[in-house]
Amino acid sequence: MNAIREDAIWAKIKLARHPKRPTSQTVIPLIVDDFIELFGDRAFADDRSFITGVGRFEGMPVTVIAQEKGISTPERIERNFGMPHPEGYRKALRAMKQAAKFQRPIIVFIDTPGAYPGIGAEERGQAQAIANNLFEMTSIKTPIIAFVISEGGSGGALAIGVADKVYMLDNSIYSVLSPEGFASILFKDSTLAKKAAALMKLTSEDLLSFKIIDGIVKEAEGGFHENVELTVKHMRQIIKRDLRQLGKLSEDDLLERRYERFRRMGVVAEEK
Amino acid sequence: MGTVVDKLKAKSAVKKTPQDLYVRPSDIPQGLFVACEKCHAAIYQKELDENLRVCPHCQYHFRLNAAERIRVTLDEGSFSELFSKLTSVNPLGMPEYDDKLAKSQALSNMKEAFVGGIGAIDGIQVAFGVLDPFFMMGSMGSVVGEKMTRLVEYATKAKLPLIVFSGSGGARMQEGIFSLMQMAKTSMAVKRHSDAGLLFISVLTDPTTGGVAASFASLGDILIAEQGALIGFAGPRVIKQTIQQDLPEGFQTAEFQLKHGQVDLVAKRRQIKPLLAKLLRLHQPGAMK
Repeated sequence: MNAIREDAIWAKIKLARHPKRPTSQTVIPLIVDDFIELFGDRAFADDRSFITGVGRFEGMPVTVIAQEKGISTPERIERNFGMPHPEGYRKALRAMKQAAKFQRPIIVFIDTPGAYPGIGAEERGQAQAIANNLFEMTSIKTPIIAFVISEGGSGGALAIGVADKVYMLDNSIYSVLSPEGFASILFKDSTLAKKAAALMKLTSEDLLSFKIIDGIVKEAEGGFHENVELTVKHMRQIIKRDLRQLGKLSEDDLLERRYERFRRMGVVAEEK
Repeated sequence: MGTVVDKLKAKSAVKKTPQDLYVRPSDIPQGLFVACEKCHAAIYQKELDENLRVCPHCQYHFRLNAAERIRVTLDEGSFSELFSKLTSVNPLGMPEYDDKLAKSQALSNMKEAFVGGIGAIDGIQVAFGVLDPFFMMGSMGSVVGEKMTRLVEYATKAKLPLIVFSGSGGARMQEGIFSLMQMAKTSMAVKRHSDAGLLFISVLTDPTTGGVAASFASLGDILIAEQGALIGFAGPRVIKQTIQQDLPEGFQTAEFQLKHGQVDLVAKRRQIKPLLAKLLRLHQPGAMK
């Protein structure tokens, strides 16, 4: 029975990491019209693992913040396999602040195995960059709707995930670290990722049941790449509905609800 | 020879398991001497304690548990604990987690890795929190996140400055996604404290990494790193594996973070309390007049 469960979860992860799975650069033009990409963090570099910019959703100006893994091998290398450096998080925050200034809602696409663990990333303050986004997103005065496309890996995903509404595509995962990383810590063996994945509760169903996310976006039987239109149509419906609802809230109510959304997360016992 | 000191030297040379971390050399009852974990010199137990558990030979700062940190930082008898009744559950049903918690509780005589409350530094009242690096590596699960959040919210309401000492390997893996979300929860509470114009001094001690470094620990108005502390996002082992290169000398130390502009100050343990007192006084309401 356990083996069947392990297989089923691993099959989902394989779909999440499927080489043909559409990435943000495919999704963005299907949701946002007249997209103009805007580059750079104004301090150090343009992090290519992030795509940020402006466009229109059904006529309404929106800001897009997306992580991008790349499609071809050279592009994947250029995009650092979707693993951002601190300048990526700072670029994202710049886009968010601009969105708030011009009262544009923000659509976020999370798609990262995690923030990059490297020397330059540490020298430029990876921890500080992530922490600062969590801190600043608390008071970005515009609706934020986030989708986990394939992998939402650790703080590197959460750093753009402090949103009013968070959704996961059916076969995506969202977790405290990768199944491989988890296995290497817990079992001292990264090849036991399949076993780890079954313990971690990282599927969209798990996270919905924990109320960490607000809903699951449909995928075709064989995964997102088998029917892109089906998934994108569902995403558009969700964005349209949420923007209508969130748009009715005052700024104070919006931020209060965002705070409360995360405030209630966690499971504790309290002795009398 | 064959003295206790020799045994301790031999012991410190082998790789430590998490269990070993609880049984520190100083806990061995017959030992009048302690071997420095870094230079291996023999130190009188009494001398080490009087020196705030800093090696008098090489200045190595031994890690402090929560009670020791409170003792060396706050005015004597000033601390009163809050939210002490919160305990962890096993929300994902992770194997061995209940046992690990029970063992850590028995060894540390604490319910969880975070202690928060109200205390005073040179007579100035503060909301004070400390992560105990010996309790499951000071990792942040739901309870640590909840206690930290409640402490920050208490400080915001009571208009108190906040001082938190972090010593943590990061998010607690056994609570999975719930641990990750504590990063958002705690950071959001800190934002509200900050928006209320209140002071937060975050002190980074050995080690401050992962989800704790990438959330509240990096969000102080002032970041003080204790000398020699390991501070960073990813652990050195993970970085080494990823880049397949040796790491530079002194990588991710407190001094490295100072050089790269990531912390305000590096301080020796003995300097921290007077420094906090001075900074608190500078930020007191009416200090401008």
